[in-house]
Amino acid sequence: MPDAPGLELVANAVREKISPDAVIATSYYREQACLEVAPEHVIPVLEFLKTDPDQGYTFLASVHGCDYLPEAPRLGVHYELLNMKKVERLRVKIRLDVDAPNVKTAVHLFPTADFQEREVYDFFGVIFEGHPDLRRILMPEDYQGHPQRRDFPLGGEPVIFTHNEPESPGWYE
Amino acid sequence: MAPRRIGLEALSDGLPIPKYTTQPGSAEEFRARQLKARDMLRGDIEGAEFERYVEESVGLTTLDKALNWARSQTVFPMTFGLACCAIEMMSIVNARYDIARFGSEAFRASPRQADLLILSGRVSIKMAPVIRRIYDQMLEPKWVIAMGACSSSGGVFSNYAVVQGADKFLPIDVHVPGCPPRPEALMYGLIKLQRKIKGNPDDGWRVRYGAHGTEEYPYGIAGAPADVDLEKLIAERKKQLGNGRPVGSILAESETAGGRGA
Repeated sequence: MPDAPGLELVANAVREKISPDAVIATSYYREQACLEVAPEHVIPVLEFLKTDPDQGYTFLASVHGCDYLPEAPRLGVHYELLNMKKVERLRVKIRLDVDAPNVKTAVHLFPTADFQEREVYDFFGVIFEGHPDLRRILMPEDYQGHPQRRDFPLGGEPVIFTHNEPESPGWYE
Repeated sequence: MAPRRIGLEALSDGLPIPKYTTQPGSAEEFRARQLKARDMLRGDIEGAEFERYVEESVGLTTLDKALNWARSQTVFPMTFGLACCAIEMMSIVNARYDIARFGSEAFRASPRQADLLILSGRVSIKMAPVIRRIYDQMLEPKWVIAMGACSSSGGVFSNYAVVQGADKFLPIDVHVPGCPPRPEALMYGLIKLQRKIKGNPDDGWRVRYGAHGTEEYPYGIAGAPADVDLEKLIAERKKQLGNGRPVGSILAESETAGGRGA
């Protein structure tokens, strides 16, 4: 885990090598380093963090989605990186608008992102452009909607107990 | 102290002969018949009473009854686990619970050889078509036990991914409550099912769902609808052999053409 100054060094290196406006924010909270980057720069940033010898984050541990419903932009994608030599972890975070949740795929950098991005697409509806096979992975293929979004109805059905039976008369027929 | 000889008392008309008013297959009836069989083997029953015993135990036993008894004691479950309830389901086979006592120890790995589908766990909406397909591949007569709260009603999984009760897509004979049910509870469910089979295999879901005509009996087996003319059906079937039609649809047509449905 890079400490807080180490995180700022990483952020400065990214600003220097990729683009001055690539890093939106950094946060260091509970010993977790998080680098929030602009969605259009995320693939060059991941490539830099993977290939640069000073960084060496060669392992993508996880890609997952998130829905920050009251906030805008609503959707988020987190890339959890790991430097296997120094055993340091770094989270790269992007935020996407729910109306155009498009981001470039990271499959050509990290092959493990294939299934992970399919899962994010399945549950949050994030479109990963250039993904070789972007379809649902956990829900049935004919499923409608993206169920982990926070405005998705919980589903299920009201369970008939004796106390609410009068609300649904004739349920047993 | 000399052992009690109940049989001698029965011979002297001291013990009332129990009437079979209880449900067939119940513990009381079974015990009574057990005692009578023991007396018969000892030679304590003689003469007219022996004639009556033979008449009751053999003469009145119809072929259907014998068949249903045989079926109830050889219920082969399907080797099929869904979730955590499957661990409890597996443990009923071991020596402590030993479902072999009830003739159901032979878990079959093929639905073609299984009679009983135990839905042991939550049924996700992606798994439901698979389960339905396995159920359809099983041969008649077939039964289903919904084990646990999840497969009965959705349980704690009141969400988008889990079917809220497996009887939405297949007929269920016995629901076993619990989360997960103890192995004893599953055994009790199986004994309930055995009683149901002994009484009337059609009892329950076919009546409830109006599903007559969907049976898939092989020709000539006892248990097929009695008033279907099998000879005629076989002749018709031979005509239609090229069409590859299932037996169930032919039976259904013969019902609508003036069988028992009309």
